[in-house]
Amino acid sequence: MSLRTPLGKVLGRGSAGDGVGHWWEQRVTAIALIPLTAWFAIGLLRRHAGKFEDMQAWLSQPTSALLALLLLVALAWHSKLGVQVIIEDYVRGKTAKTTLLLLSGYIHVVAAAAGIFAIVRLALA
Amino acid sequence: MNQRPLSPHLGVYRFAYTMALSILHRIMGGALSVGFLVLVWWLMALAQGPDAYADAVEVLGSGFFKLLLAGWALAYIYHFCNGIRHLIWDMGAGLERHQARRSGVIVVVATIILFAAFVWAVCSGTPVTE
Repeated sequence: MSLRTPLGKVLGRGSAGDGVGHWWEQRVTAIALIPLTAWFAIGLLRRHAGKFEDMQAWLSQPTSALLALLLLVALAWHSKLGVQVIIEDYVRGKTAKTTLLLLSGYIHVVAAAAGIFAIVRLALA
Repeated sequence: MNQRPLSPHLGVYRFAYTMALSILHRIMGGALSVGFLVLVWWLMALAQGPDAYADAVEVLGSGFFKLLLAGWALAYIYHFCNGIRHLIWDMGAGLERHQARRSGVIVVVATIILFAAFVWAVCSGTPVTE
C-alpha cells in the first residue's frame, strides 16, 4: 500500500516538490565540465598566464571564446546547484536558509554575467 | 515541519574512508565555488586591459595566493576524479561495497598522480609561471 496520492504519483515531483530536475541538471553539467575544465586547465598550463598578450590572444580566438563561454555557464550552473544542496543540508531555520539560497543564486547569476561579459569583450575587442 | 531532521547524519555512522571521500567531495566542491568567483574576477581583469591584468596577476602571484591556487588545483583534480566515480555510480555500476572501496583508492591514487604532474609542470618551466 502506498501513502502517496494519485496526483502526487502522476506529477512525480516527490516530497521536495521539484522532482529530479536538480539531480539531472547536476549530472548534465558535470559531464559537460569534464572536457571543458580539462581544456581550460591544459590551455592555461601551456601558456604564459602572467602575460596579458598571451591570455588575450588565446581567449579572443573564436573557438576558445566559445569554449570559455560554455565553461562559464556550465560552471556557474553546477556551482549554484552544489552550493544550494550544501545550504539546504546544513543551514537551520527557514529565514537563514531562504536568505542564503537567494544570496547564492544572485551571486552565481552576477558572476556568470560578469564572466560572459568579459569573454565577449575579449573576443569582440 | 521545524522538527524535521537535517541530513546527512554524520554522527550515526561508523567511520569509513569511503565516507571521508564523500565528505571531501562536498568540501572541495564548496571551495571550488569560491574559486569560480576568483576565475570570474581574473577574467574581468583580463577584459579591462593590460594594466588591470597586471594588477590582478600581482595579487594572484603573491605567496598566499599561490598557496590558495595550489589548493584549488588540488580541489579541482580531486572533485574531477571523484565526480567521474559518482557518474559511474549514477549509471548503476560499481555500487557493491568492495567496488566502491576499490574505486575510492583509485580516485586517491589518481589525484596524487595528477597533482604531482601539475606541481611538476608548474615547477619545471612550463610557461604558466613566467
